[in-house]
This record gives sequence, structure tokens and C-alpha cells, in this order.
Amino acid sequence: MPKLKRTLLVNGVKIDDTFAEAFGMRATALLITGPNRKWARQAAISMTGYATSVIGCGCEAAIDVDVPPSATPDGRPGCRVMVFAVSTDELAKQVLNRVGQCVLTSPGSACFADLAGVAELKLGASLRYFGDGWQISKKFGGRHFWRVPVMDGEFLCEATAGLTKDAVGGGNMLLLAANNANALAAAEVAAAAIGKVRGAITPFPGGVVRSGSKVGSKYKGMTASTNDAFSPTLRGVTKSELGPGDNAVLEIVIDGETSDAVAEAMRAGIRAVTELGPEKGASRISAGNYGGKLGKFHYHLKDLLP
Amino acid sequence: MKALTFKLVSEPPERLDLSPLTPERLAGKARGDMEKIPVGMSRRGSLVGDLFRVTGSDPSNIVFEGGSGRFDRIAEGMQDGSIRVLGSGGAQAGRAMRGGALKIEGDAGPHAASCMRGGRIEINGNVGDRLGAPLAGELAGMNGGIVIVRGRAGAFAADRMRRGLIAVLKGTGDHAGSRMIAGTLVVTGGTGEMPGYLMRRGSILLDRAPEKLSPSFVECGAPESVFATVIDRYLVREKILKHPLLGGSPQRYGGDNAVLGLGEILFPQ
Repeated sequence: MPKLKRTLLVNGVKIDDTFAEAFGMRATALLITGPNRKWARQAAISMTGYATSVIGCGCEAAIDVDVPPSATPDGRPGCRVMVFAVSTDELAKQVLNRVGQCVLTSPGSACFADLAGVAELKLGASLRYFGDGWQISKKFGGRHFWRVPVMDGEFLCEATAGLTKDAVGGGNMLLLAANNANALAAAEVAAAAIGKVRGAITPFPGGVVRSGSKVGSKYKGMTASTNDAFSPTLRGVTKSELGPGDNAVLEIVIDGETSDAVAEAMRAGIRAVTELGPEKGASRISAGNYGGKLGKFHYHLKDLLP
Repeated sequence: MKALTFKLVSEPPERLDLSPLTPERLAGKARGDMEKIPVGMSRRGSLVGDLFRVTGSDPSNIVFEGGSGRFDRIAEGMQDGSIRVLGSGGAQAGRAMRGGALKIEGDAGPHAASCMRGGRIEINGNVGDRLGAPLAGELAGMNGGIVIVRGRAGAFAADRMRRGLIAVLKGTGDHAGSRMIAGTLVVTGGTGEMPGYLMRRGSILLDRAPEKLSPSFVECGAPESVFATVIDRYLVREKILKHPLLGGSPQRYGGDNAVLGLGEILFPQ
């Protein structure tokens, strides 16, 4: 049995004395509005689909927060979405493709920049060509919009979107439980709590990952493979991090506009899981890292306790 | 520091060129030197000191106490700071402005904001013909910035406008937005004959249907427009208008098809 790193107990939930290791990323934020909440969300969900991990999707994206009509430029319901990538070029490509294929196409949608960054990504400035010469440029109030004629009227799109280089990707927490139902309950409350933190997203399905990964593989060409240390069926045959009662593990992966946003999101997640307690949820919280040598950002769980 | 104030002592005996009295051209000048600046445009050649009593010391904040229809070229080429005229101005007020703010409490003459490139001009009274328009021989008119005329504008407002926003709140004369290249002209209070005459691109936003529109404009229906909502909110937020102008589905006419035909006239249904 490997030596476990359990040092703290909060409301009966064990907190490992370890840290999450995260990386610097490029990110942007967009505000997508629609004729009603349903269609604003539909455009945002489509745009952030297949964007769980930069390993296979090119970017990580999700809805950050729902925005009420009173806080959007056009007075309609909106969603703030965030997109993260490892390079500016990849981010620019992903944002353009996704807005072009998923927001431009969504009925009644409009797309606004929602982040003041150090650089600008082309948005409407490229999508305008869909207008085939009928597009209209409008500059007012310090903003530049493109109006692209489409079959239900016009698609209004901000010309550029801000880019930040201060974004952080890969904040995480591992929720260990006695069974799958408890692990899922803990993950759901954590994801819901993190969803309320502005500037932080959980890009995996429902905010939850069941296939946490480690770097590398025994197979050539695989950059990541299963996190055997936290896989219960491999307990006994690998160097497991699991205790005897840990039968299911789910991970929450967090990307943030800033390092503070990631820390705030992890704090909110830990609070929610510990409030749920070990009877209904996770019995232990851990985090994934690479020994601290790969990622610039370290989030020690003991510093994020409620 | 107190605003640099030019108090008009008597009605000017000639037309004045006030373009030397801008923040950047007065920066670092002593009051005595300012009073020696020639501004008269006739053989009389009045100096600043002949017409104004100069007080204050902040050249980035200039005030003209008293105005005249002979005050030509106020704030011409201004790049920063502010100029306020407690009275009326003459021709070419704010011409070729690049930044800063010009406020005229009274009326202004023709060619106000001509070829303006940036900044903000606010005129509480009426303006003459060719607001924002180019002078003879110039290819394009206003090229950026915001102009708000709270009174009425003469004919050919926004002629050959290329960029920026002009708002006229008590109506315009004939041919508003003529030959527009791009940009946005907002008019409440009605327009004269043929708004948008020969416009190529650009938007003319009205509070009512134009009475006499060129037959080379075509009706484009009244589809929902997020742009209309966004600019409505912008105009109200900036206190240019008190109420939204267009609504969510304004009536749209496209033209002028006698030329390129990529412009538009929008007004509420």
C-alpha cells in the first residue's frame, strides 16, 4: 500500500497535502446574444462543443456565465463564452471557425467581444467576407462592428476580440469517493459552484472528467494516457494513489482568465464538495500535478480550503 | 489652473481666423505673445489683443467668452484638450479636428466639422450648409469623430462623409447625406428633399419616413436589426438622444442605386 498524502480533514472530507499544476494559455471571451435565452445558449453550446481539451480539440471552451439582457449591448439574453488555446495562432483559428460555423449560423445571434486584452483576434473582420460585398462596417462608441446580411436579417459581429496572455489552463481537483454515485454527486456540486465564478470555465462534459490522464504512454505517438494512479481497477498493479475505500474518481478541470480566477474556482469547488460531505459525496479531494516541474502555476489545496 | 479665456471686448470689425488659438498651438506661449497673434482676415489685420481680453493660464482648456458669426475656423486641426465658445461661431468650426472637444453654445456657420478626423463637436444652436462636408477640391468630408448639432443643419449635411457619426436633432435642409461614402448620419426633426442623394455607402438614421426620397432608393422591408438596437442604446447612453430612435425592426431603404447602392436609410415603422 503506497503512502497516502492525507493531512487535513474538512467536514469529514480528507484533503490531500498536494497541489494542482497548471499552465499559461492564451484566451479570449465573447458575448453571444440571441433573441431569447434558449437561442443564445444554443449558439454558445454549439460554439463550445468538442472543445474539452487542447490535446485533441485544439482549444478548450465553455460557457462562462449567462448574462442578463440588462448587461448585454443589445438588451437581449446572452452567454459569455471563453476559449483557451496554447498559442495565439491556434486560438485565432479556433475562434474564427467556431464563430463562423456555430454563431453566424444560429438564428438571431450576435457576437460581441468581452475581454480587453493585450492583442486583438480577428472576428468580424474576417467573417465579414461571408457578406459577399454587402457587409457594412460600423464604428461608434469606440467599437467596430460588421453587419453581415443573412437570411433572417443581419449578423452583427464585433470586428475583433481581445486576447489575454495571462490565462491559465489545467487547474484541477480530483474527487475520490466510495462509489460512482457519490463521486458524481460531488462533481456536480463542484461544477455548479465553479460555474458561478466569472472568468473560469470547466470545459469537459458537464464540467466533469472521468478519464483523467497522465503525460505520455507506453505506445509511441500517444501524448497522454490513462491516469493509472487514480484508476481503481489498476489498484494493486500500479503505483496507486487510492485508498482501500476509493472506488470511483472524477476530476474537475478548470481554465481561468487569470490565475486568481482559477484559484477562486478551485476554492468554490472545494467548498461545495466539503459542504456535501463524505456520506453523499467525495470522501477525499486530491489534485493532479507533474511534480511541479512542468507548470508555472501551482494551486495548493491547503491554501484553498473554505 | 484656470481655463485660458478669450473675452470678446467688441464685435470684430472683420472676419477672424481663429485657427491659431488651439491648445497645441498655444501651449508654452506667454500671454503677451498670444495677444500678438494675428487673427484678422482683412487688410486691417486685427491681433488677438485688439479684440480679446486674455485671462487664465491653461491652454488645454480654452474658453471664448462671447461669440460672433465672424469667428471662423475655431478649433481647426485641434488634437487634444477642449474649446468652448460661449456664443456663436462662424464658418468651418472644428474643421480637420483630430481629437479633443469643441462646444459651441450658439450657432455655427457653413462647413462646420469639415473633414474632421476625430474628437467631439457639440453645437447647441443651428449650423449652416455642408456640415462635415469637404471644401471645394477635396475628395472626402468628415472622416471620424462625433458631431452633435442640437439645432438644425442646412443643406448637404454629411456630404461626402466617410467615417464617424453626425447627429442633427432639429432637422436638416435638402440632400442630407448627399454623396456619402460611409459613416452614420442621425437626423431627428425631418429632412428636406432627397436625403441620401447619390450616397454610395453609409447609414442615414431618421426618426420618421422621409417626405421626398430619390426614386433610385429601393424598399428593403423591415427585418429585425440588432445594429438598430445597439446604436439606439448608444445614442441614448451618450445623451445624444433621449429616446431610442429606430426600435428593433426599422424600415429600410437601400440606395442610392444611381451610384453604388450600398447605403441605407433607416427609420422606425
